[in-house]
Amino acid sequence: MFELSGVLHRYGAVPAVEVPEWRAAAGDAWLLAGQSGSGKSTLLHILAGLTRPTVGSVTVNGTDITALSESARDRWRGRNVGLVPQRLHLVGALDVRDNLRLAQTLAGLRVDDDRVTALLEAVGVIELSRRLPSQLSQGQAQRVAIARSVINRPALVLADEPTANLDDAHAAQALELLRGQAIEARATLVVASHDALVRSLLPNLFALPAWDVAAI
Amino acid sequence: MNILRLAFAYARRRPLSTLLVVVMLALGVATVALTLLIARELETRLTRDAEGIDLVVGAKGSPLQIVLAGVYHADVPPGNIPLSAVTALRRNPLVAQVIPLALGDSFQGFRIVGTEPELVAQYGGVLEAGELWSQPLDVVLGSEVARTAKLRLGDRFTGSHGLAEGGGQHADARYSVTGVLAPTGTVLDRLVLTSLASVWTVHEHHGEDTNAPREVTLALLKYRTPLAAATLPRAINSDTALVAASPAYETARLLTVFGAGFDLIRAFAWLLVAASTLMLFVALAQTLAERRYDLAIMRALGASRAQVALVLLAESLFLAATGTLLGIVVAHAAAAAIPWWMPQLAPLADAARHFMPEEWMVVGLAMGVGIIAALWPAWRAYRLDVAATLAEG
Repeated sequence: MFELSGVLHRYGAVPAVEVPEWRAAAGDAWLLAGQSGSGKSTLLHILAGLTRPTVGSVTVNGTDITALSESARDRWRGRNVGLVPQRLHLVGALDVRDNLRLAQTLAGLRVDDDRVTALLEAVGVIELSRRLPSQLSQGQAQRVAIARSVINRPALVLADEPTANLDDAHAAQALELLRGQAIEARATLVVASHDALVRSLLPNLFALPAWDVAAI
Repeated sequence: MNILRLAFAYARRRPLSTLLVVVMLALGVATVALTLLIARELETRLTRDAEGIDLVVGAKGSPLQIVLAGVYHADVPPGNIPLSAVTALRRNPLVAQVIPLALGDSFQGFRIVGTEPELVAQYGGVLEAGELWSQPLDVVLGSEVARTAKLRLGDRFTGSHGLAEGGGQHADARYSVTGVLAPTGTVLDRLVLTSLASVWTVHEHHGEDTNAPREVTLALLKYRTPLAAATLPRAINSDTALVAASPAYETARLLTVFGAGFDLIRAFAWLLVAASTLMLFVALAQTLAERRYDLAIMRALGASRAQVALVLLAESLFLAATGTLLGIVVAHAAAAAIPWWMPQLAPLADAARHFMPEEWMVVGLAMGVGIIAALWPAWRAYRLDVAATLAEG
C-alpha cells in the first residue's frame, strides 16, 4: 500500500506533477492515466524513490521515503520496488538468467536460483535463459522485464507504458501477466499508460490532469 | 552475480577492445619486467664471476677485452704473455695469488682453459664426480658442459682450434674426462679445465716450435694487501709490455653502458603502458555512452551511486590486472626461453626463477593505470541522473 499527500514536483520553476492525495491498498492494481507530458513518468519515479518531490510526502508500507537519504532510498528501492521501464531495458552484457540474478544481488539479497527458474517458467521464457537481451524479441524482453520486476517480491510494481510497443493481442497478454505476477507477489501495481486497452483491464484509475501551459 | 562477474561480462562483450588493451599493457609490463630481470641477472653474474679477482694481466690490448676474455670468457684474448712474466708476478710481494690461463681451443663452443687447480677453488667449484687433472690431456668439465655435451667420466673428445665452434679439429690430441664439477652458478660451469701442459702439448702436436719459451694467455691476480690496488696496476702498465685491467672497474663501466640501454628500452615500455592507459580510458568512456541506460537500470534495481561507479572501476582494474599479470608471466617465460632465442646469453635464463621487489612495483603501477583510466568514467557513472536517463525512453 502507499499514500501520497500534498505531492508537488517542479523542474526549476516549471511544475511537472501535482498529486494532492492518492491512496492505494496492498494488492490494488491501478492505471495511472494522463496525456503525454502530464507527468506520469515523473510520478512513477517519485513512487519508486528515484525522484524526491519538491514538497509532499510519499509513504509506502509505513515508510516515508521522502525522509530517507539517497543511499537509504537506493536500498529501500531494491527491496520494495519492481520497475518495468519504458524501454524494457535489460543489462546488455548479461544473459536473461543473470539479469534476474543481478536484480537480487543489487537489492542486497542472496541469489535464489529456484526463484529465478520458477519466474522464468511462469512468464514463459525459461528456454531463453541463456540468451542475451539483444537476441530477444520485444515481447520476450517484456516478459523478462516483468519477471525481473517481481523477483524480490516488492511492495510496489511500477510499469511505464508497458504496452507502448506491442500490438493489442500481445499488450493484453503482457498486462495479464504483469497483473498475475503482481498478485502472486502481493504487490500494489501501478501502470502508467495512455492506452485505452489498459483501461479496461485495470480496476482502479488515477488520472492526471494535463498541465495547461497557458495558465501558468 | 557480483560486481567482478559483471565487469568480466562487459569485458567479454567487446572482445576486440579488451584484447587490444590487455595485450598492449602486457607487452609494456613484460618489457619493463624483462629488462629489470635481465639487468639484475647480468649484474649478479658479472659481479659473481669477478669476485676475488683483483687484476687480470694480459698482452697489449684493451683492458675491457682482457677482462672479457679472462673473467667472463666472452671475448678473444689479445695475445700471449711469456710464462716468465707469471713467474715474475708470483715473486711480487704485493701479489697473493696468480692463476695463469692458457686459452685458444674450444669444445662445442665451450672454452678449453689450461690452468692450475686454484682456478676451481677461485669459483668455489667442487667435484661432483672423478678427480682433477693429473696428466696432460686430462680434463675436468664444468657442470653445464657435461650436461650439454652429455659427457661422462672416461669419455674422450677432441677440441677444435679457436674459441668459436667450427674451427679445425685437433684430431691427434684426444682429451679424456677425469672429473665433472658440481654447478656453481658462475662462468666455471661453462669451462673445460685442463692443465697448462695439456694446452702446450696440443699445440706442439700442431707443429709449433717446441723450443720457443712457454707462454700463457692471461693471469688472474689476487692482491696481498689493498694497498696493491694503488701501485701494482700502474707498475705493470708502465714498466712491462703487459696490460693490467681491474675487473671491478671494467665491469662497472660495462654495466653503465648496458644500464643506459636498458633504461632506454624501459622508457619505451613505459610509453606502451601509458598508451594502454589512454586506450583503456577511451574504451571505458565510449562504453559509458552506450551503458548509461544499463547503469540507470541498475540504480533503479537498488544499486547505489558508489556501486555503479565501482562497476566501471572493477572493469578497468580487471583489464589492468589481466594485462599486468600476463605481462609478468610473459617476462618470466621470455627469460626462461633465453637459451632458445639468444643462445649466447643462455646463463641469464636463471633470471626467470627469481621475483624482484621491483616487479611488485611494476604490478602496483600498472594497477594504478587501471584506476586512473576509470576515474572519469566512474565519476560520470556516479553523477548519473537516473530519472532523466530512464525518461529518455
